[in-house]
Amino acid sequence: MSEALATMPAATSTPPRRTGILGDRIFFWIVTACGLIVLTALLAAAASMLWGGLLAFHTFGFGFITGMEWDPVAGHFAGLVPIYGTLVTSALAMIIGVPVSLGIAVFITEVAPRAIRGAVGGAIELLAGIPSIIYGMWGLFTFAPFMSDYVQPILIDWLGPIPLIGALFSGAPLGIGMLTSGIVLAVMIIPFISSVMRDVFLVVPPQLKESAYALGSTKWEVVRDIVIPHTRTAVVGGIFLGLGRALGETMAVTFVLGNTHNIAISLMEPGTSIAATLANEFAEASDDLYRSSLTALGLILFVVTFIVLAAAKVMLVRMARQRGE
Amino acid sequence: MASSSTSLYRRRQLGSLIALTLCGIATVLGLVFLIWIIWTTLLHGLAALSPALITEMTPPPGEDGGGLANAFMGSLLMVFLAVVIGTPIGVLAGTFLSEFSRGKKLGEAIRFVNDILLSAPSIIIGLFVYELIVRPTGRFSGFAGGIALAFIFVPVVVRTTDEMLRLVPDVMREAALSLGIPRWKVTVNVLYRSASTGILTGILLAIARISGETAPLLFTALNNQYWSLDMTQPMANIPVVIFQFAMSPYEQWQNLAWAGAFVMTAFVLILSVVSRSFLNRKGGK
Repeated sequence: MSEALATMPAATSTPPRRTGILGDRIFFWIVTACGLIVLTALLAAAASMLWGGLLAFHTFGFGFITGMEWDPVAGHFAGLVPIYGTLVTSALAMIIGVPVSLGIAVFITEVAPRAIRGAVGGAIELLAGIPSIIYGMWGLFTFAPFMSDYVQPILIDWLGPIPLIGALFSGAPLGIGMLTSGIVLAVMIIPFISSVMRDVFLVVPPQLKESAYALGSTKWEVVRDIVIPHTRTAVVGGIFLGLGRALGETMAVTFVLGNTHNIAISLMEPGTSIAATLANEFAEASDDLYRSSLTALGLILFVVTFIVLAAAKVMLVRMARQRGE
Repeated sequence: MASSSTSLYRRRQLGSLIALTLCGIATVLGLVFLIWIIWTTLLHGLAALSPALITEMTPPPGEDGGGLANAFMGSLLMVFLAVVIGTPIGVLAGTFLSEFSRGKKLGEAIRFVNDILLSAPSIIIGLFVYELIVRPTGRFSGFAGGIALAFIFVPVVVRTTDEMLRLVPDVMREAALSLGIPRWKVTVNVLYRSASTGILTGILLAIARISGETAPLLFTALNNQYWSLDMTQPMANIPVVIFQFAMSPYEQWQNLAWAGAFVMTAFVLILSVVSRSFLNRKGGK
């Protein structure tokens, strides 16, 4: 891109072109204003939630983050339960989603015959196009019964008796709960992570890979020792992008998490997350303190996702620069 | 000596084979979930499809019959409002990024913020618009819903407009400017014209994106059991009706939810596949 264009004078100042200068000036300001709207949207969102959540932070102080009580009737609110639910479901989604995404990206770029690469990639990206409420309905009506009939009984029988890990897999096979939510979330973030990984795997210089092959490396060794190390910044960026999505995902989780203010060690138990609590309770929150507490939860979610997404963006930009140079 | 090196080589080959097979299994797993979800929607949705869907209103709980006419209309109105508000802002902001902020810090900052807005949780937008509009005006309204959707619509349009305009060769800008045409005319008559397919595709993609959004409407537009075209009142819309009906214990409501889900998914997927194929033909990614 030519830098000269940006600094080029709009027009010379001969009289007949005056309208041009004025038009340019007006156009410039309109366009800049629209750019600034985008910039202020984010700041305004943060400010409005801070304003809305002020009452809750003021009333409960630091205890809002560490307390477990959520009692709309008594007017006592603390957010640890939904925060815990958000973190656990997102962690499960990452544990399941990252390896699968990596596998898909490797399959598309290294294994699949050229003819089906585009089709497989497009199909996986289609997953990202399905509205999240559809994931929720499928999760509630199809996937949760499947989990409670086939998967969870096996997990409880096999893993339940093991001393430490067993606690994670104890209880009744309800279908809905942390584990099911984690899996549904994983399916939702797979297209985002795998498409980032695929895009960066494709631009690894072929000379690097060819030299490794020439030294006798197998295909997997090339992927593990050349492709992934070469693209690791962007790979981590893609993972963070997926994490940002998982943390804030609302509808799918609301359907399958069970919506009970409850912290349990077992992953089979229902719980709630920040987004699900907001979706379920906000429209019905009757008094100011209740609403303010929900807004405060929203602000916590916003700050966390902002940090995660900003980190993702920084890593992806760094990778893009490396590629450019 | 020779045999041990062969066996090492075999072991490495075997390891590679296992790892790559696992990659294949991961891909199959992804495709299985895709087909499973679409199949479920298709199966339940087609069974519940009927003409009453677009001629009758949402029924009261426990009653037979009824459709989703008011919800379809509400969704249409709010998406339309979002497009009307969002398109000029999005296209112009994208123009700013690509044409007027090259090498400037402000442009970098806006691009950064826009990318974050693109992946930010949509329920946050709902909270924001609640504080911005619902609380000051004192009621849930179709306007609030449309504006909430616009906040999700804009970043998508900004991103595609920016990318598409940057694909236009600089030679075209220089040729037009050297004729003495003012810059705004160059932008409108030359750049927009040559990037029009791409920009339009971005708008279609953004429509696909907001048509399925539920979270930002939950506490902005809320819901309305009756036919209403009044944007200052709470307004029925497909996603929220699906949410309410699917979570209910009534079978008729659940069937309607599936029918709505089917129509919405078909619309969103077809729109995004068609516009993506345009985009791919155009170049870019």
